[in-house]
Amino acid sequence: MDYVFKQLINALNTGSIYALVAIGYTMVYGIIRLINFAHGDVMMFGAYFAFIFATSLPFSDTAGGVILIMLLSMAAAAIMGVLIEKIAYKRLRRAPRISALITAIGMSLFLQNLALLIFKAEPKVMPALVPKTRVDFFGLDIPVLTLYTFGFSVLFMVLLTLFVRKTRPGKAMRAVSQDQDAARLMGINVNSVISLTFALGSALGALGGVFYSLSYSQVYPTLGVMPGLKAFVAAVLGGIGNIGGAMLGGYLIGLLETVTNGFLSIVWKEATRWTDAFVFAVLIFVLLFKPSGILGKHVKEKV
Amino acid sequence: MKAFLIKYDRIISVLAVILGVFVILNTLIEAGVFSNYIRGILILVMIAIIMATSLNIATGFLGQLVLGHAGFMALGAYGAALSAIALREVIPSDLVLFLVATAIAMAISLLAGLVVGTPALRLRGDYLGIMTLGFGEIVKVILTNLEVTNGAQGLTRIPRIMSFPVAYFTMAVVVVIIALFMNSRHGRAMISIREDEIASESVGINVTRYKIIGFLMAAMFGGVGGSVYAFHIGFLSPTTFGFVRSIDIFVIVVLGGMGSLSGAVIAASVLTFLPEFLRDFANYRLLVYSALLVLTMLFRPQGLMGTKEIVISFRRFSDKIRAFWMKHRKTKAIEGGTDHGNP
Amino acid sequence: MKKLTVLIVAIIVAIGLSACDSGEETIKIGVIGPLSGADSLYGVAVERGAKLAAKEINEAGGLFDKDFEVIAYDSKGQPDEGVNVYNRLVDQDEVDAIVGGTFSGVTLAIKDLAVQEGIPVLTPTATHPDVTLDADNIFRACYTDSYQGEVAAQFAIETLEATKAAVFYNIDDAYSEGLALAFIDAYEAAELTIDDYTFNANTDDYSAVLTTIQSGDYDVVFVPAYVASVGAILTQAATIDFGETIFMGGDGWDGIEGDYADVAEGFYFVNHYAKTDPAQNVQDFVANFTAEYGVAPNALAALAYDAVYALHAAFEDAGSTDRAAVIAALADLSYADAVTGAIAFDANGDPLKAITVIQVVEGTHVVIDKVQGS
Repeated sequence: MDYVFKQLINALNTGSIYALVAIGYTMVYGIIRLINFAHGDVMMFGAYFAFIFATSLPFSDTAGGVILIMLLSMAAAAIMGVLIEKIAYKRLRRAPRISALITAIGMSLFLQNLALLIFKAEPKVMPALVPKTRVDFFGLDIPVLTLYTFGFSVLFMVLLTLFVRKTRPGKAMRAVSQDQDAARLMGINVNSVISLTFALGSALGALGGVFYSLSYSQVYPTLGVMPGLKAFVAAVLGGIGNIGGAMLGGYLIGLLETVTNGFLSIVWKEATRWTDAFVFAVLIFVLLFKPSGILGKHVKEKV
Repeated sequence: MKAFLIKYDRIISVLAVILGVFVILNTLIEAGVFSNYIRGILILVMIAIIMATSLNIATGFLGQLVLGHAGFMALGAYGAALSAIALREVIPSDLVLFLVATAIAMAISLLAGLVVGTPALRLRGDYLGIMTLGFGEIVKVILTNLEVTNGAQGLTRIPRIMSFPVAYFTMAVVVVIIALFMNSRHGRAMISIREDEIASESVGINVTRYKIIGFLMAAMFGGVGGSVYAFHIGFLSPTTFGFVRSIDIFVIVVLGGMGSLSGAVIAASVLTFLPEFLRDFANYRLLVYSALLVLTMLFRPQGLMGTKEIVISFRRFSDKIRAFWMKHRKTKAIEGGTDHGNP
Repeated sequence: MKKLTVLIVAIIVAIGLSACDSGEETIKIGVIGPLSGADSLYGVAVERGAKLAAKEINEAGGLFDKDFEVIAYDSKGQPDEGVNVYNRLVDQDEVDAIVGGTFSGVTLAIKDLAVQEGIPVLTPTATHPDVTLDADNIFRACYTDSYQGEVAAQFAIETLEATKAAVFYNIDDAYSEGLALAFIDAYEAAELTIDDYTFNANTDDYSAVLTTIQSGDYDVVFVPAYVASVGAILTQAATIDFGETIFMGGDGWDGIEGDYADVAEGFYFVNHYAKTDPAQNVQDFVANFTAEYGVAPNALAALAYDAVYALHAAFEDAGSTDRAAVIAALADLSYADAVTGAIAFDANGDPLKAITVIQVVEGTHVVIDKVQGS
């Protein structure tokens, strides 16, 4: 039972990270119907930003220092996200879909190779900002890092949901994702809303990157590729365009991975070799049988 | 006779050029002017052309985003290699072995294309892209985990039966078949699907059928490219056929012009040769490629050739010469004419 | 049409020009390895080791009144690129011998071509068994993966007295798999408990599998992978209570004392050499390399260094750079001064060498033993 519990903790950790990144995908898709392939690489840069701040700021291993690094990385990534949108995607808003997709792929590769050039290929070791100890949490033995990861992920997800539901900019975001032209006619500055969406999505994705590097101790240029893809699968699973769906999908995918790596591998030794394939299989399954995902609505394509 | 020449002018011209280029290149190789090194690069160019033109069917002409084309190359390569290893004793002739192995490779990639394409092509562009990307990765995982492919250790002792003529003519056959297809009404149907899927459906084009045919053709010819690769390099490992390979092919198609075969041929040649000369800048290659993708989409989405083709035609060529000659004679006649008046 | 013709002519001219030869008479050694991209640290190490050896040889007067020239090209770790580069070295640069490929995959790809060409090939680091099989002109300076895995198992069984072991390896990597399989075979032959677990090239999250491994309560966990993966694994393992379990590795662990000294503390790995080996030639090499390049040499650099010196000895024995003579000389070679252990080749072209067992203690390597396998 203890073993099961340990694996569940792993699942929470992984799931939180996927959830954070998945939100970014889903928000951007909701607002401009584009799969932002570069989102995983923003996550990667989020991790690098954290690395840079952690190794240059003096008080990095205090609780306050950790939070500061988190916020700074999120802010830097938000700026990066907005810039990417302005440079690469804005011009192509009315262009054929395939052009925007190709640009997104190009942007993703560009960011990866940029990081490769700046930081070199060898993984950098992320300083252990959060102590790698375990703690007694209401009678349960949990790693401190998981508490941080899960706790802050939930916090920010709640904040985001409140923002989208209760504030005016949030309302504007919902309006633009429903009908861009109508929103414009209502006087909403669509460009600002889109920039805001990218900023928020990138910030959360970067936070995911920070926790990723803290959990797995390394930062390297292709860090965002696989988690990015899996987070995308999570977003689709939960219902693309639906923020709650992204969160749900994230935890489900985290659970699937942990179950395959942790449990299945006991009875079927070969299981760990097929984990990635299973995640893609989920994608294929969802797209074939319920493309709107768990929480999504099916939108008819208008002529 | 003349009527025949005029009617099939373009086909004859293209075939003549293909043959001519072959004769020139092959002579240079046989004579030793082109070293083994250059010959090796030329064969890599042939492979790149096959891969790019095959991808062009699905991405260029049909307008579907296919990000896992290396998966078909991998299946074709391993299929052909394993068949050749198994049949080497039975088939002494190199050429026949290659043809049989390639046929098997085509069948395997065709099957894979069917398995992936039938469900995937029902999806919208973005999802199709991700699905094909996933397909490429899954193929890699499968090939790494199968006993018979020797996994990460790599498949060795593949009969080295590739030669420049075989590679060249395989490429030529593939390109000619694709060109003929694209110039037929089937090709035009595909182009119309790319331009406006819903409109095509409403004028009676069976969109799903054409999408599948296009995807299968791309898969099949992708397998052919893999086969040529396997017999040229003589060693296969699953990591060769990853996402980077798919992107390399994809960049060629985009830069050459999605929907232009001549564009794909030119881009494939240039982008295979150029890295050789720019060896010092190898570290920047992918950075430049990705930047080019973005810049091309922003500023010149039609790539190099757009949807146009280089038209090789002797008739047009001879017409141009005749027109030029006429003009020349006319000018001379005018000048000569005024001279006549002078004593 | 006209522009296209000009372009084509220009390309043909450029190709022709690039075929031009340059320079005076030197003894040319071609080096093939990944010089760019994620694996560049391996190729660069090989290049540097080779160039240092060449420099020292030239400073001592060269050979046959000629200098040694090292020409290194980037294989990007890819077989097709390796073939390309090999052709360039043989056709264009007309090298006398090849030190390469660095990776087994590349070496296998060029094997048939090299056999046909009859050029002496001494790969410093390719460990796949097929590399030297049925190839009289191909030799290797390093021991094979299977030999390394076997010796590691021997050490675990005899010295560490580990009766229950697990292997955790990278299924996408031929090297990792090779060592793992040999280790498993040795344990099965000794009829001891052995379990295997895998990860792949994309894995970052080892926590789930590590939790499973921990529950198996093994004496030794053998992780034959490269520093990047091993570092992450050990770091994540540190948060799980592994008790007395000892982690072990192969030569891919070389360099682990850099960023991961604390999590690797007290663990063992087998290697071609140890830079802390007190032997004079090793210390001289380490000092010279560090002076030249500013970093300490890893095992790959040492192997490449030895490879060039071995070729030098072979050229000397043969009395010329004639290929057949050099190959014969290599087959009979006995180069005792090698940094990575005396080099002498068996009938296959594989060296019979001792393996150094190293323990990571307080951020440095401590030589525990030198084991001669069978």
